[in-house]
Amino acid sequence: MSDSKDLLRAPFELAYNYKRSNGPVMSKFFDALGKQTILGTKSSTGKVFSPAAEFDPDTYESLNDMVEVGPGGSVESFSWIEAPQKHHLIKEPFAFALIKLDGADSSMLHMIADCNEADLSIGTRVTAAWSETTTKRITDIKFFTLEK
Amino acid sequence: MKRVAIVGYAQHPILKNAGALNEVELIMPVVHQLFNDLGISQKDIDFTCSGSCDYLQGAAFAFVEGLSAIQTNPPIKESHVEMDAAWAMYESMLKIQMGDAETALIYGFGKSSPGDLDAIISLQMDPYYISPLWPDRVSLAALQARVLLDQNVITSEQMLASVIEARANSKNNKNALITDLIDESDYLKNAMVSSPLNQLDCPPISDGSSAMIIASEEKAYEFTDHPIWIEGIDHRIESSNLGSRNLATSKTLQASMDQLNLKNIKFDVAELHTQFSHELPFLKSLLNLQDVPTNLSGGPLVGNVMMCAGLDAIGKTYESLKNNQFTHGLAHATSGPCLQHNMLVHLEAQK
Repeated sequence: MSDSKDLLRAPFELAYNYKRSNGPVMSKFFDALGKQTILGTKSSTGKVFSPAAEFDPDTYESLNDMVEVGPGGSVESFSWIEAPQKHHLIKEPFAFALIKLDGADSSMLHMIADCNEADLSIGTRVTAAWSETTTKRITDIKFFTLEK
Repeated sequence: MKRVAIVGYAQHPILKNAGALNEVELIMPVVHQLFNDLGISQKDIDFTCSGSCDYLQGAAFAFVEGLSAIQTNPPIKESHVEMDAAWAMYESMLKIQMGDAETALIYGFGKSSPGDLDAIISLQMDPYYISPLWPDRVSLAALQARVLLDQNVITSEQMLASVIEARANSKNNKNALITDLIDESDYLKNAMVSSPLNQLDCPPISDGSSAMIIASEEKAYEFTDHPIWIEGIDHRIESSNLGSRNLATSKTLQASMDQLNLKNIKFDVAELHTQFSHELPFLKSLLNLQDVPTNLSGGPLVGNVMMCAGLDAIGKTYESLKNNQFTHGLAHATSGPCLQHNMLVHLEAQK
């Protein structure tokens, strides 16, 4: 056996160790999110996608007409996690949910916290709670909470 | 379209934890079993295509090592899909259609036990809007389950029945991982993982591999007197924008059914890549399979090898047609959250 000090070593990080561009549509969405405003994109048929979609999956047209939506919305579906796993961002019981923001026709996947499972059903009204510091990422919305 | 047939299929026993067995050691037995059964070797194969997920091994191009399981000298024509091996079969079909090959070996492999599958699958999602939220695969499936329950497309009784039947059917599959029977009280005792899905509504973490050989009409009879024909194959994907999909139905699966003209075919058997209990009644209804024996192998709920389970649905349908007096079989493979990407394969035994 060779002495361990003779072994060649290299660092290995299991991560996305590269940067990506947000592109023209998502850049506007994330810039607005950093200012606590939620945008969507509107198609020629009047359909609004939020989070902002780059194209309409039905008509395939490019989308760049930005409109403001939310911050309130209604729950389209949810899954309740009583025991969060170690990779989850919320350590208390919470829900992943599809939320249709006011003014939008598609839903946003996000989290709902600060409530109980019994408080939630399809159609429940929720509103965005913002992170203390914004980084122009989807996590600038910390989670959604029940609308007061 | 050239006629193409499945001439052989082999499945490794599905393991909870393959331990020190590496991917190559999982692949070798199934490939060699097929070669031995058919009395052939790698030199009889024109094209080799595999399906696996580099995220499971945690390294780019990890799939290349899988090739150590087969003879690659002299050099071979090969390819790989970062998908379920059902799509490796699709690529092999195309290769034969183009006239570049008469025979193809397909293999899929996956070892989910060493890592945290929920976290790994999160990383495969949309990196802008979805991955940063770390949604686990069960919670995403649960979103669709709740929509289907809410809209009365399925019932919770059907979900329970899926779980009980899967375990009862596991006796038909010598490679199944989960074989113990359960009843309603066992099911109800299980804690929710992500409501409305409990532990038993979800597939087990599984390690394993599978292999298949397909051949053109000219070559098929050199391998076997009883080839099973791929009469139709179609795959379609829905938007990666989860929130813009209607989770209560699948327009793309309906389009595939029309494309394959399935409406007037009386299927004798079906194997569906339904990983969660709610997906079975949903797809049975969507595909008009209410009266068709489905997932007689137990399906993914009794063993769900990542990147193999779709190929296994095709392989189990092939075995059903070959071992019984059946004529028509339907196989389904899927990929992505909430049945985003689906493949249908219509298999037919020679009359």
